[in-house]
Amino acid sequence: MKDKKGWRELPIGTIITEPGSAREFKTGDWRSQRPVWDANKCSSCLICFIYCPDNSIKIGDDSKMTGVDLDYCKGCGICANECPKKAIQMEIEKR
Amino acid sequence: MKIRALTGNEAMAEAMRQINPDVVAAYPITPATEVVQIFASFVANGLVDTEFIPVESEHSALSACIGAAAAGARVITSTSSQGLALMHEVLFIAAGLRAPIVICEVNRSISSPINIHCDHSDTMGSREAGWVQIYAEDAQEAYDLTIQAIKIAEEIFLPVMVSTDGFIISHCMQRVEVMEDKEVQEIIGVHRSPYSLFDKPITIGPLDLQDYFFEHKRQQIEVMNQSLPVIEKVMSEFNARFNRTYSIFKTYKIEDAEQVVVLCGSTCGTARVAIDKMREKGIKVGLVKLHIIRPFPHKELIELLKSFKLITVLDRSDTMSTMGGPIYVELRSAMYGCSQHPTIVDYIYGLGGRDIDVEQIMEVLLNGEEIIKQKKVATPIGYIGLRE
Amino acid sequence: MSKIFEIRWHGRGGQGAKTAALLFGESAMSTGKYFQAFPEYGPERMGAPVQAFNRLSDSPIILHCGIKEPDVVVVLDPTLLGSQPIMSGLKAEGAIIVNTTMDPKVLYNELGVTTQKVFTVDASGISRAILGRDLPNTPLLGALTKVLGIMTLDDLLSDIKKRLHKKFSDEVVEKNIQSIKKAYEEVQPQSVRSK
Repeated sequence: MKDKKGWRELPIGTIITEPGSAREFKTGDWRSQRPVWDANKCSSCLICFIYCPDNSIKIGDDSKMTGVDLDYCKGCGICANECPKKAIQMEIEKR
Repeated sequence: MKIRALTGNEAMAEAMRQINPDVVAAYPITPATEVVQIFASFVANGLVDTEFIPVESEHSALSACIGAAAAGARVITSTSSQGLALMHEVLFIAAGLRAPIVICEVNRSISSPINIHCDHSDTMGSREAGWVQIYAEDAQEAYDLTIQAIKIAEEIFLPVMVSTDGFIISHCMQRVEVMEDKEVQEIIGVHRSPYSLFDKPITIGPLDLQDYFFEHKRQQIEVMNQSLPVIEKVMSEFNARFNRTYSIFKTYKIEDAEQVVVLCGSTCGTARVAIDKMREKGIKVGLVKLHIIRPFPHKELIELLKSFKLITVLDRSDTMSTMGGPIYVELRSAMYGCSQHPTIVDYIYGLGGRDIDVEQIMEVLLNGEEIIKQKKVATPIGYIGLRE
Repeated sequence: MSKIFEIRWHGRGGQGAKTAALLFGESAMSTGKYFQAFPEYGPERMGAPVQAFNRLSDSPIILHCGIKEPDVVVVLDPTLLGSQPIMSGLKAEGAIIVNTTMDPKVLYNELGVTTQKVFTVDASGISRAILGRDLPNTPLLGALTKVLGIMTLDDLLSDIKKRLHKKFSDEVVEKNIQSIKKAYEEVQPQSVRSK
């Protein structure tokens, strides 16, 4: 807490002056299960991308899936449930 | 300058017309209805450039005002009593977001029992919301202070409410000096917003938890702290330009007084007549009319009041703390930090519009003389015009 | 501080007691006076007894309490006599102006009017004759101006003309002016001493 700004330094009215700052808040740190992606089984149908509530399915420039963004993935398992190729398996998170 | 015959409500609506706000979002309520009704006619007749937003409740009215203020607009609304109560949660949001909104408030009691007449329990119930609160004595002050309010609000980015006494002032027609439109525009200047949704993307009203909430509240306390000098500055600019005498409080015949009455609102005038009549009898009494209740000008009041023998507070509402009315409670609290402790007594008066006349105030002042003589207070909190 | 004249108007909802108080106050203002004009704040229903008030003075008026002891009481509807507290608080030397064709002695002896200064004028009759409608409030402004004597009939007329012109046609304004003049001429103090 001590490293954060004091009241004199904050912008007034609780406004956040920089757009897109929610990205800095890594929301994936309370996950109990993690999705494990098997690239060989994946057909890049992107159904997981459509269903992911946290926009955590990473896609490359060629519109193919490249993995899961674990900074924001909360481990809900929807992607694994929806995947028609069973290319995503949920595993217990080890910390 | 023009001399016009205006009621308190007409005077506030006229000030709003001359301010020409960007947005007015309002919902009608007795006795403030006319303020927005008259203003709506200005909008309909093309006399202002305002976007008028009719809404379905006062909660929505103030919420819409916040949205407009966030976009950088100059914003005014008006309400009373239950309307202000319904705005209650939004009042805090407006202040927290530092939205420079002005409310033209017409004082009316709060239910229950239901009543449409004047007391100060509506605005006094909003003291902790973080708004600057200004009280006017008559229609002239309602007009003048509405203009000053928009200037104060936009100077420190705080919402401001200006109050007049319901019916007693809001519906009483009197002689009012009205400035030229151009002069009003010159004194209020161009509205500059602390931020605007239109400049670049910003986030307004985010979740603010244990890590920052406290700091943001401390900021709000600080701006209340810093607002008094700004209010004084705006008042003195106004005074210089329009030959008026506004200040955070106004004294009357206190120089050699032993007893001083402290109050706000329309009863100040009636009380000054009572002071004159007491002076004719050779009794040394004076009066302090409070214009600013938020922030409470405690340092200035201590300095002013510390050497009097007796301070008689007249409160038009009660705190239900069993410690008296709000002005009394706050003045007593302020005076505790002072080495001299004048005796302070309180009288609750005028609840639900109960009339208060010169003779009743004189009686209170005579009681005060007795307290000074006996050096003893039998009952620190009394009631004026109440049937036992 | 100069003397404050206090006036109480009694009428019925729709008769224009409040409008009369506002017009009278504004006219006084046009002669440089300070004034207050305010209605009694209660239920506003057509036909219900209503009151309105004026304060007039040469210096600023800072009193904001109700008017309890008026100098003049104006009654727009004589049927209010006997049922409403018309005499309440009227100063001992105060005057009452009643819109009626009744003999003032009747008012004095039978309808509880206790002041010596009783003025009557048939404001409704004047209004019906000139305007074709029973609107006693404007003629009574003329009667009040004469009784109070703090401004001239010309002062009243020139201001009323200006104000009515904003809302009404030349013809209506002229008829109102006529009826005010007529009431001014006709209102007479009536001796009620021989009880």
